[in-house]
Amino acid sequence: MASALINVPPRARRGEIIEIKTLISHTMETGFRRTQLGAPIPRDIIRRLVCTYNGAEVFRAELHPAISANPFIVFSTIAVESGTLEFQWTGDNGFSVTQSAAILVE
Amino acid sequence: MTLALAASAFAAEIPTADRRSGYDFMSRETRAMQDDDTANPGMLWVLEGGALWTRKTGPAGRACADCHGDARVSMKGVAARHPAFDGARGRPINLEQRINACRTDRQGAPPLAYESRELLALAAYVARQSRGLPIKIAIDQRTQPFLEAGLAIYDRRQGQLNLACGQCHDANWGRQLAGNVIPQAHPTGYPLYRLEWQGLGSLQRRLRNCLVGIRAEPYEYGAPELVQLELYLMWRARGMTFEAPAVRP
Repeated sequence: MASALINVPPRARRGEIIEIKTLISHTMETGFRRTQLGAPIPRDIIRRLVCTYNGAEVFRAELHPAISANPFIVFSTIAVESGTLEFQWTGDNGFSVTQSAAILVE
Repeated sequence: MTLALAASAFAAEIPTADRRSGYDFMSRETRAMQDDDTANPGMLWVLEGGALWTRKTGPAGRACADCHGDARVSMKGVAARHPAFDGARGRPINLEQRINACRTDRQGAPPLAYESRELLALAAYVARQSRGLPIKIAIDQRTQPFLEAGLAIYDRRQGQLNLACGQCHDANWGRQLAGNVIPQAHPTGYPLYRLEWQGLGSLQRRLRNCLVGIRAEPYEYGAPELVQLELYLMWRARGMTFEAPAVRP
């Protein structure tokens, strides 16, 4: 199961700074842990979150093993025009989740 | 109303006016995480539970929704009154066991493993429907013996550290143990997302952790002792607001 919770204000005034919250389900295995028998547990993390606003990239985050499980990433951007914000998380083992949210800018 | 419980139970109980949820002992940041549904990682399990609610399973291809319809209506109050007596089994069962009972008895599907992703997701989804409601455990002739058994476990010294639950949670709540504030141990928000677990877990998982903490042999998941303890703890928290899925440090 890969599910993400995105919070984008449904409407905003043109030029307003809006806060966007993202929360995605992922174990974020660091690669530093070992099993009870001593075998290393391989790294399995999200590497990147990219947010595009009507196709233009407005936010990018590179994640590393220090990020906790179920990463919660909040950022702000300026509401320039109505349209779609698309979020893509990519990571180890071919992990890829894309989700979008619409915004109405008046 | 509650039948005559041992007088000592009432004497040791935290007075109603002093009852505080674990929420009140947390930092401002952790409370903010719980208060915001878009920041509360427990909501990821609630989302998944919502999807599982409509998934058909078992030989008859039946989903929870097929019998129970919209969970927001049918499951309202359910988590806040569990553990509840199950006539067929002759004993109280907790929410996870109730979900599995439906799976085996009504869907003909195998029970979900304790602490499995699916069981926790369904439990979180059902528990979410009781958020804001007061905890209300029915105590009558059928459940009274189990309540007393739970109280006995709560009061019994256990483990290498020879501690009883009440010694910390009734007598020393609010004080610190190894740098952490001791809460009153009211299960107002289960299943909850524990930052230490980096995941969602049930009350039984937490109770097993407590037992390991006092260096006692933890009861197995689903053990009658754990359900009795759950029953007692929920009754002890009667009237308090249910806040699942909670976040805890």
